[in-house]
Amino acid sequence: MLQPGLYHILFISTALFFIGVYGFFTRRNLITVLMSVELVLNSVNLNFIAFNKYLWADKLDGLFFTIFIIAIAAAEAAVAIAIIINLYRSHHSIDVERAEEMKF
Amino acid sequence: MNEFISLMKPELIVTFIIFVLLFTKLGKGVKNSSLLNLIQVLLLLNFAAGFFFNKEGSLFGGMYHTDTLIAVQKNILSLGVYLISLLFADWFKKTEHLSEFFILLLSALLGMFFLISSGNFLMFFLSLELATIPVAAMANFDLHKKISSEGAMKFILSSAFSSGILLFGISLIYGATGTISFTELPALITASPFQILAFVFLFTAFAFKMSIVPFHLWTADVYEGSPMATTSFLSVISKGAVAFIFITVLYKVFQPMQEVWYNMIMLLSIITMITGNLFALRQQNIKRFLAFSSIAQVGFILVGISGNSPEGLTSVVYFVLIYVFSNLAAFGVAATISSNTGKENISDYKGFYQTNPFLTWIMALALFSLAGIPPTAGFFGKLFLLKSGAANANYLFITIAALNLIVSLYYYLRVIRSMFMDKNEEPIGKIKVQLSTKFGMYLCAAGIVFAGIFSWVYDYIQSLM
Repeated sequence: MLQPGLYHILFISTALFFIGVYGFFTRRNLITVLMSVELVLNSVNLNFIAFNKYLWADKLDGLFFTIFIIAIAAAEAAVAIAIIINLYRSHHSIDVERAEEMKF
Repeated sequence: MNEFISLMKPELIVTFIIFVLLFTKLGKGVKNSSLLNLIQVLLLLNFAAGFFFNKEGSLFGGMYHTDTLIAVQKNILSLGVYLISLLFADWFKKTEHLSEFFILLLSALLGMFFLISSGNFLMFFLSLELATIPVAAMANFDLHKKISSEGAMKFILSSAFSSGILLFGISLIYGATGTISFTELPALITASPFQILAFVFLFTAFAFKMSIVPFHLWTADVYEGSPMATTSFLSVISKGAVAFIFITVLYKVFQPMQEVWYNMIMLLSIITMITGNLFALRQQNIKRFLAFSSIAQVGFILVGISGNSPEGLTSVVYFVLIYVFSNLAAFGVAATISSNTGKENISDYKGFYQTNPFLTWIMALALFSLAGIPPTAGFFGKLFLLKSGAANANYLFITIAALNLIVSLYYYLRVIRSMFMDKNEEPIGKIKVQLSTKFGMYLCAAGIVFAGIFSWVYDYIQSLM
């Protein structure tokens, strides 16, 4: 049976990264924008794990980094959602297009 | 244990202050004005403690590193926070959640201390997040204002996105070299295409945090939406901290790629200065005006960084010190006007000199220093930045920077003109300035005048290299 190699995983993680970037720029709903950022962070997690397993199997830096990224992503999402809730209270919408008081 | 306490002294003091502030929430609570006095005293002690017992050493297997220069950088940030606690007294006394605001602010300051001291990309990332996330909460502090939540939303999303890019860059560097430690990396950096790709991702994230064009789009909106105290913290302290660690990363870790990043910095510096200046010309709101002027100032910091020498580092530290004084003074005056009258437009300042000569003079001094006019310290800061940039003998680049200085004079003087010269039938009435605000403004004015005239300030920073 064919084993997945480093390149397969790097392909997936890079694709995930750019899907996240695309979503960040095109989505209109703030929650979806936040989900796109999480996609980006998770693609980084995949990267770290893959590099750790295939290239630097004797080190632990990548694994530790992944654990911290997961924790930080949760903290970031908590603050972001609190801000979005507050935005909903003042604008009655979580559409990015509605938050347009300030331009240029 | 003893070494732990002596090396991590600045961080431990800030943590202690955070705990003291948490305890003031117990029971019936303290009145805002007495709480503000307590905070000012604690922050002054924090600033004073930064002068003593600074040692060199590493902790946690090289993850945390400190020396006398880093101690000076931390002390500049502490000074900035102390000045913020003085200058924005009007707003602090009105706000409902004063201790929460300072808990968030000091958490961000703690993150910046760790950020400057970090010796490892893991530590670097964690402290960068600690320095960013509380600021997003601070940006939303005017809960009832629409623009405040809009600005905070823009800030948290763009900073989360930029940390995603940063992490992708770090993961590629880890894949290429197998280490994330700042001391082991330089030997393994070879400027191969893969490593350059990783560096571009890292650079993008730094550009986001320092609001370098073309990653500056969040800056003006966040500055306008946030309360003035947050805006000044973002534009002075957080920018200074990121500039310090940016220099460490470039000069120490990515030194082998010097030719690669020199070109990137030069190009971005030119477009940052030009864009910042051109957009500052057309701003009417004082906060947006200061936002774009701070973007242009970052362009000048990049000129100094491009020198890639001990002088480059010295000139940036010196410039940030001066920038703390001058920008905080400008924000302090704007905040005093804004919280007393609610006016934030430059056109409202017409004839301000007739009613408030003291505030006008402080603002004029600060703007002269930001523009870089000789007797003030801003001139010497800019001079050393350009001098360090000129070491590479790229005179076209330095000429463009010098021409941008002239363009920036126009919009700084426009504010001064409207305050001093323009006639106005109904200028803003006499504003009663709080005692602590006045004291903070005198400190800023003294800093603007004396940091330039006394040459030992620059010599002292240079002697620490």
